[in-house]
Amino acid sequence: MKSFWREYRENWVAVVALAVVVLVVLAALTAPIFAPQDPYDLAILDLMDARRPPGYVGSGEYTHWLGTDAQGRDLLSAILYGLRISLQMGLVAGAVAMTLGATLGILSAHLGGWVEALVMRVVDLQLSFPAILLALVLVAVLGQGKTQLIIALVAAQYAYFARTAYGAATAERQKDYVEAASATPLPSWRVVLRHILPNCLPPLIVVGTVQVANAIALEATLSFLGLGLPPTEPSLGMLIANGFPYMMNGRSWISVYPGIALILLIVAINIVGDQIRDQFNPRLRK
Amino acid sequence: MRPLSMPRYCTAMLGFIIQRLLQSVGVMLAMSALVFVGVYAIGNPIDVLISPDATQDIREDVIRRYGLDLPLWQQYFAFLGRLLSGDFGRSFVFDIPVLELVLARLPATLELALASVLIGAFIGIPLGIYAGYRPEAASSRAIMAVSVLGFSVPTFWVGLLLILTFAVNLGWLPAGDRGPLVEVFGIGWSFLSAEGLSYLILPALNLSLFKLAMMIRLARAGTRETMLTDTVKFARAAGLSEFTILRRHVLRLISIPLVTVFGLEFASTLAFAVVTETIFSWPGVGKLIIDSITSLDRPVMVAYLVLVAFFFVVINLVVDLSYALLDPRLRRGRAA
Repeated sequence: MKSFWREYRENWVAVVALAVVVLVVLAALTAPIFAPQDPYDLAILDLMDARRPPGYVGSGEYTHWLGTDAQGRDLLSAILYGLRISLQMGLVAGAVAMTLGATLGILSAHLGGWVEALVMRVVDLQLSFPAILLALVLVAVLGQGKTQLIIALVAAQYAYFARTAYGAATAERQKDYVEAASATPLPSWRVVLRHILPNCLPPLIVVGTVQVANAIALEATLSFLGLGLPPTEPSLGMLIANGFPYMMNGRSWISVYPGIALILLIVAINIVGDQIRDQFNPRLRK
Repeated sequence: MRPLSMPRYCTAMLGFIIQRLLQSVGVMLAMSALVFVGVYAIGNPIDVLISPDATQDIREDVIRRYGLDLPLWQQYFAFLGRLLSGDFGRSFVFDIPVLELVLARLPATLELALASVLIGAFIGIPLGIYAGYRPEAASSRAIMAVSVLGFSVPTFWVGLLLILTFAVNLGWLPAGDRGPLVEVFGIGWSFLSAEGLSYLILPALNLSLFKLAMMIRLARAGTRETMLTDTVKFARAAGLSEFTILRRHVLRLISIPLVTVFGLEFASTLAFAVVTETIFSWPGVGKLIIDSITSLDRPVMVAYLVLVAFFFVVINLVVDLSYALLDPRLRRGRAA
C-alpha cells in the first residue's frame, strides 16, 4: 500500500485529480452544513431573486457566489446538493453493477459449460450495444425514480465487470496455486472466494473507477433529457437542463457552473482511474 | 498452412455466412421478445394500441382484433407477425402510421450520423497518425489530451458549450433545426445548400466528438506499432519519402481495424444522436423517441427500438462478413 502511494505520487496530474475527487466528495458530504441555502425548501425561495448573476446579494442577505437559477435558488447550494445525488447514483450503481458483474463473470469462468456459454454470449452482445440506448429504454419502460434509474444504470454497465472478471478468473484458474488449492479437500466455493476472487480484484477496481465516472455521466445525460430523476431532487444533469433555455439570452451561468462541477468530477475520476490502471499493469512496470 | 482450393473455400465461407445469418435472426428474435415484454407485458397493452380517449366499442374491437385476450405466447407471435408485415400501429400524438412517421424522420438522422462519422474519419485518422508518428511532440500530447476529454466528457455538455461559443457568443453558426432543405427524390437534405450546411456543422461536430477521440486513439496505436515493423524500414531504405510511407504503407496497414470499429460505431452513433438531436432540436428519429417517451407514445417507442436493433444486427453482420473477406488470416483459420 505504501509503495503504491509512493508510485502514485510521482504523477502530479493524478495527485491533483485525486485531490479534486476528495474535495468534491467532502463538499457533497458536508453540503447540508456549508451550503448557504437548502435548495429543496421551496418556502424560502423568492422569485425576486430568480436568474441573478454571480455575486448578487439577494433577499436572504448573503452573496450568491454563483448566481441563482430560474426559481431563485442559490446555484452554489443547488450544485452541492446536486453533487450528492450524482455521486450517490454513480457509487450505488457502480457497486451493484460490480457485484453482479463480478459474480456472473467468476461463476461462468468457474462453472463453464452452458452457464459460461449463455452468460458470456449475452454479455458480449450487450457490450456491442450502446449503453445509453439500453438505459434509455429501461427508464422509458420502468418510469422515473431513484431505484428505476439505478436498475437502468446497472443493466447498462454490469457487462463490463462481467467481461473483466471472466477474463481475470479464467487466467487465474490455470495457475498452479489454484490447482494446488483445488487438490485439497476444501469446498470449491472456498477456492473461488479465497483464492480466485482476490486476484480478480485489481482489474475490477480499475474498471470500477472508470465505470463510476461513466455512471455519473450517464445519469447526467438521462436527467438532462428529462428521463432521470423527478424534478424534486435535481441532480447536476437536471440543473444544466433547467438552465439551457436561458443560455440563448446570455444567462449562461445557470447551466455552465453545474456543468463545470460535473466535468471536474468526471475527468478527475477518469484520471485517477487511468493512473491506477497503469500501476496495476505489469507490462508497464519497471 | 496451405491455402484452400476455391470450392472448399466457398463452402467454408457459405457455412460461415449461414451461421452468422442464423445468429442475427436469433438476436433479432431476442430483441423483439425484450421489447415485447418491456412495452407490452409490463405496461398495459391497451395503452399501447388505443388512445386513452377512445370509446368502449373501439376498445373492445381492438382487444379482439389484436387478440389481447389470448395467452402471452400467442400474443407474442401475433406481435411478431405484425412487425414482419410492417404494422407498428398508429402514433397517438401525430395520428399517422408509425412506420411512415419514423421513415420521414430517418433521413435527418442518417445525414447527421454520416456527417459526424466523416468528420471523425477525416480529422481523427490524420491526427492519430501524426500523434503516433511523433509520440513525444508537444502537439501530439495536446491531441491525446483532446481525445481523453472526448472520451470522458458527456456529449450533451460539449453540445451546450458549442452552442454557447459559436451560436450565442460569436454568432457564427445557427443552432437548432435543419435550416432550408434541398429536395432530392422527394427527400429533403440540409447538406446540399451552403445555408443548410451551416445548420449541420455544430450538431455533426458534437456527435462526432466521441468517434474523433476513438479514431485518434486507434490510429495512433496502430501507427506506433507499424512504424517499428520491417515494412517501414524497407520502405525507408528504398528512399520513399516519409509522407509516402505514412500514406501508402502505414495507412493501409492500420485500415482494417479502423474499418471494423467504424462500422460498429455507426450503430452507437445512431444511439448518441438521441442526445445531440435533443440539444440542437434536430428533427430526426432520436428527437422523435425522446418526445415519444415523454408523451408516452408507445407505438413509436416500439418501432424505434425494433428499428435500432435491426440496424445494429445488420451492421454487425456486414462488419463480420467483410472482415472475413478482408482478412486472409481469418479465411485460413476457419478452414484449418
